[in-house]
Amino acid sequence: MSLESMLVVAAVLFCIGLYGALARRNFIAVLMSIELMFNGVNLTLVAMGRWLAPYAVQETLSAVLTGQVFAVFIITVAAAEIALGLGIVFAMFRTNESVDLTDAAAMRH
Amino acid sequence: MWFEQVVFWALAVTAIAGAVGVVMVRDLFRAALLLATVFVAVGGFYVLMNAEFLAVVQILIYVGAIAVLFIFGVMLTRDVQQGNAPNRLQIPAAVVSVLLLTAMVFTAVTTDWTTLAGAGLETKSQIAQTQAVGIPDASRLVDSGLSAQEVDSVAGGGLADLLIGQFVLPFEAVSLLLLAAAIGGLALARGRGR
Repeated sequence: MSLESMLVVAAVLFCIGLYGALARRNFIAVLMSIELMFNGVNLTLVAMGRWLAPYAVQETLSAVLTGQVFAVFIITVAAAEIALGLGIVFAMFRTNESVDLTDAAAMRH
Repeated sequence: MWFEQVVFWALAVTAIAGAVGVVMVRDLFRAALLLATVFVAVGGFYVLMNAEFLAVVQILIYVGAIAVLFIFGVMLTRDVQQGNAPNRLQIPAAVVSVLLLTAMVFTAVTTDWTTLAGAGLETKSQIAQTQAVGIPDASRLVDSGLSAQEVDSVAGGGLADLLIGQFVLPFEAVSLLLLAAAIGGLALARGRGR
């Protein structure tokens, strides 16, 4: 386990999520893929905080926790995104009778 | 150290196989369960990286709330068994993802990182990180062989100090965002006219 291996795992998670977000037709599947991307980014942030020593860390050691603080913020934003995303899914299901994104491309209401 | 390696590779295989399953499996319900598996594996990574508080938050919010919300949402798909169909962009999306992955892996492997171990800060930073939550215990720090000056620089950090101190403005902004998202989600799901 090292910084590089953790970054590679995070990059793989992010890219799988990117592929899913671009290539799926179901809205809920796209939201799931976006969550995968969030998790990849969070892993990168925590790994950077765990292994890297920029100048800020050498000044005050509490700066090693900055990566974790960022990850907390991203988790909060992800929760807000899911709350809104599922609200949109419900609204879309009510008007379109499906959650297929190719149906939504017509922009009728 | 070998135990750490074994756990790391087990978690890596679980996370990546689960992620591939999420985007490949046709059954949306199974995709949601695989997504929960990925979240648990990422929580395991956080434990490996001394971020125990974050691991607890990950399990509580991702597995406890977001995965359950997804399973609720899956009920809206008419054909759950075949619901996760790909669109016409499959091949360009795969090409873009693989190119980006190559670039990121190349950068991660070839960059000359200045690590904590190289700067001689490994032990102290580990102590600072394991004290992310809870009251700093000065006697434990002295026992770990640090000088009094080094103890002062480690003790009194903690995640809460950073969240309420240096990062208090983003902290308040994000709580406002959560409130707005909750109200917006309610308004969207309730629909107009009712």
